[in-house]
Amino acid sequence: MSTATPAAEASHGHGHHAHVDDKLALLKKVHTFSTDHKVIGVQFLITTLLMLLVGGALALGVRWQLAFPWESMPFFGELFAQQGGQISPEYYTMLFTMHATVMIFLVIIPVLAGAFGNFLIPLMIGADDMAFPLLNALSYWFMWPAIACFGMSFMFGGGPAAGWTSYPVLSAIQQAAPGSGMAQTMWLMGVTFVGVSSMMGSVNYMTTIINMRAPGMTLFRMPLTIWGMFITAILQAFALPVLTAAGFMLLFERTLGFTFFIPGGLVVNNADPTVGGGQPLLWQHLFWFYSHPAVYIMLLPAMGMVSDMMACMARKPIFGYKPMVYSMSAIAGLGFIVWGHHMFTSGMNPALGMTFMVSTMMIALPSAVKTFNWIGTMWGGRLEFNTVMLNSIAFVSMFVVGGLSGIFMAAVPVDIYIHDTYFIVAHFHYVLFGATLFGVFGAIHFWFPKMFGRRMNETVGKWHFFLTFIGFNGTFFPMHLLGVAGMPRRYADPYLHPYLEHLLPMNQFMTICAILMGFAQILLLGNFLISIFAGKECDDNPWHANGLEWSAPSPPPHGNFPSVPIVYRGPYEYSDPAQPEGKDFWMQTEPPPTSS
Amino acid sequence: MKRFWCAFFMFWPIVAVILCWIAPGQNWWFPRGPSGTGAAMSPLGERIDDLFYMILMITSVTFVGTQVALGYVLFTGARRSDTSHDAEGAEKTWFTHGSHNLEVMWSIVPAAVLLFIALYQMEVWAEYRVKDKFPEEVRKGPQAEVTARQFEWRIRYPGLDENGNPLELMPDPQPTDLYTVNDLHLTSGEPVMIWLRSEDVQHSFFLPELRVKQDAVPGLVIPVWFEATKSTEYSLLCAELCGWGHYKMKARLVAEREEDRLVWLQELQAAQNDDGVPDAGDASDDE
Ligand code: HEM
Ligand SMILES: [Cu+2]
Ligand SMILES: [Cu+2]
Repeated sequence: MSTATPAAEASHGHGHHAHVDDKLALLKKVHTFSTDHKVIGVQFLITTLLMLLVGGALALGVRWQLAFPWESMPFFGELFAQQGGQISPEYYTMLFTMHATVMIFLVIIPVLAGAFGNFLIPLMIGADDMAFPLLNALSYWFMWPAIACFGMSFMFGGGPAAGWTSYPVLSAIQQAAPGSGMAQTMWLMGVTFVGVSSMMGSVNYMTTIINMRAPGMTLFRMPLTIWGMFITAILQAFALPVLTAAGFMLLFERTLGFTFFIPGGLVVNNADPTVGGGQPLLWQHLFWFYSHPAVYIMLLPAMGMVSDMMACMARKPIFGYKPMVYSMSAIAGLGFIVWGHHMFTSGMNPALGMTFMVSTMMIALPSAVKTFNWIGTMWGGRLEFNTVMLNSIAFVSMFVVGGLSGIFMAAVPVDIYIHDTYFIVAHFHYVLFGATLFGVFGAIHFWFPKMFGRRMNETVGKWHFFLTFIGFNGTFFPMHLLGVAGMPRRYADPYLHPYLEHLLPMNQFMTICAILMGFAQILLLGNFLISIFAGKECDDNPWHANGLEWSAPSPPPHGNFPSVPIVYRGPYEYSDPAQPEGKDFWMQTEPPPTSS
Repeated sequence: MKRFWCAFFMFWPIVAVILCWIAPGQNWWFPRGPSGTGAAMSPLGERIDDLFYMILMITSVTFVGTQVALGYVLFTGARRSDTSHDAEGAEKTWFTHGSHNLEVMWSIVPAAVLLFIALYQMEVWAEYRVKDKFPEEVRKGPQAEVTARQFEWRIRYPGLDENGNPLELMPDPQPTDLYTVNDLHLTSGEPVMIWLRSEDVQHSFFLPELRVKQDAVPGLVIPVWFEATKSTEYSLLCAELCGWGHYKMKARLVAEREEDRLVWLQELQAAQNDDGVPDAGDASDDE
């Protein structure tokens, strides 16, 4: 009934050559139904990196059309679009819908919680595996039906085309758009499968973190990565059911004739009038009740990981560890009462706009506190400028921009103007790409040695960072200006409107930067793959870090630790003057010098 | 190389600031519109712009402040790591777990600023959306009803009485009503109201030069008021994804003096009531 215990698992799991010193131990099992959290983590990581390429290609399609409207797109155009590679308006809507879908549901959420959450949680808290290993494996394998559904949705009417937000009525009525038929149904099923996968992960992470911490690992000795993952899991547990319910409501509406969201008497594209009773704003409330917390699901784990990497590379304790924890908790709590800021112009009760404005302003506060604490962490440190650190610094630097642009949008009157313009697009790319994804790049370089016993190449890593950073800012910073210039998002051809015509050259510049950035990802992938086999070998703790994961072998064997680790201190004891000559760190397992 | 990276992280905020600085001159800023300056073409829009600029000031100071702090921390941190930490005379790493006073300070100050921004915005929002606060002039009723549909704006005006004055606009279509597509004529120089509806999916009524945006929600009739300061033509477009043709819901708002608008309505009425029987001479050429 209950899932196999790790011990029982180990006895029948691998009788043959599972040597501890086999650096490829994890990789060799990626194609299997393994219940080892590390294998599952690597499975998630590889899958999401591949999906990153897919999502990136879709984005380049969008950028192509904005820079060279209606001109046939080389290579990708021929691959997907009809009419000699020209991007049609229907096709364009599909491109941005699926770009966001892939990036959010198949890259950012699973790479944070799925890949790093899985790999790191048991290792960092000193557990031998997750609380429910079988559930954990299922959470990975449920990604594949999701990927299949999303993949299949392309085959119907050119793919879903109602945006990642899928507002009904557009997404609810077949006749509303070519993609609102079967493609939209497949999309909803895909989201449901992702939700199931996330939920299984969430339950597992919460249980594991609450119950399976090694002796001495008190809550306030947990690395901030674990705090980030923990709070994320809680967010998922409370927010996801709402999305799932909303998804099913929309599914029923589309297939069984319910009317939750469709009001009566609408004539959509000459179809029969709708019968009615529904309210389209209901979907927006339900969707954002999940999706606002979800944007923090897409951020908090990265915040945690960056904190850990930054302390290690600055050789300094985290500045304000507890304020960091409280800020993350505050973000999570406030995250549940700000969803209406996506609906300021929706026509909801204007009094709600006022309350949501205040709560949204307040959520910028913990974000600011965290930023100051990161700078404080580096302040007076002995900084190492390696790839890990560069990406972590980029996280902070970019997050500042995303947080500050959030204030413009939180101000309702200002949001009236910039809502649904490129200003919004700039905002969320600064937080999701500028912050989260740079954090993930850093984390890949940081924990790679633990996964494969080797390091990734520093020179290539730095080039990747350099090009991505330039490409990123070149692509996304001008979007703020486009937004102020009033360029709406999701427009296949903005230049139809005379007041936007002069923005074409700027869009072309941005597209060139985006292409540069796209190609730079080849460096990351190449570096990742080649380093698995040919990277510089390293010992178990190459960064001289404190976390428990660094006291396990690289890669850790099934069961992780030779014996249950005992934790004596917090994870950030760097450069303590009490440390002996020649050493500037204390691993969490090192007993205090005074104790016998 | 370390110094290079420090400079690298300082380089881009400088570029960002310069870019924003030169943006208005390069026409990368608010749409220049009929005024040619980019200033909002409505009184409420001007106040929205003021709020925008206020937030821009506050965020710019914060942006520059944090980036300078970051730069300082990076350069000094790079210098410290030139020597190994236990080398002779090495600069010590600052061993600290944080500072209570700093935490309190950098929580309270931003909290106060943010709360101030939020409260300071209320008034404009209330005037824009809360019905009790709508200006006196618009309470007498809407000048037109705008119905969005894929992919056009259908506009219904009340017909004119025998004296040439507009009748009251009824919630339901009347035989006397007048219709246009993608051509909204309203009075300039005074607050005017429209009813906004949608016939199929969500759309959003966006007048960039006037800083007006309101979603059209199927099943709801939403009153929207604004005031165009100048008699001229403005862009009207859709800001909520409504299908493949979302980008081409291009229309115009013609704001004109009330007399001119009445003349235009009369012509519209004449054209619409023209039964096409010869004698009248000219065939109807409505658009
Ligand atoms: C400093 C705190 C933040 C504030 C005040 C803030 C505020 C807002 C507001 C008001 C909107 C709605 C704008 C509109 O549609 O008109 C928005 C959109 C968005 N925000 Fe934030 N935000 C903050 C941080 C974040 C973070 C940290 C993330 C993600 C990691 C994020 C992700 C998003 C996304 C994805 C959207 C747009 C969704 C869409 O319409 O497709 N935001 N934000
Ligand atoms: Cu939000
Ligand atoms: Cu539209």
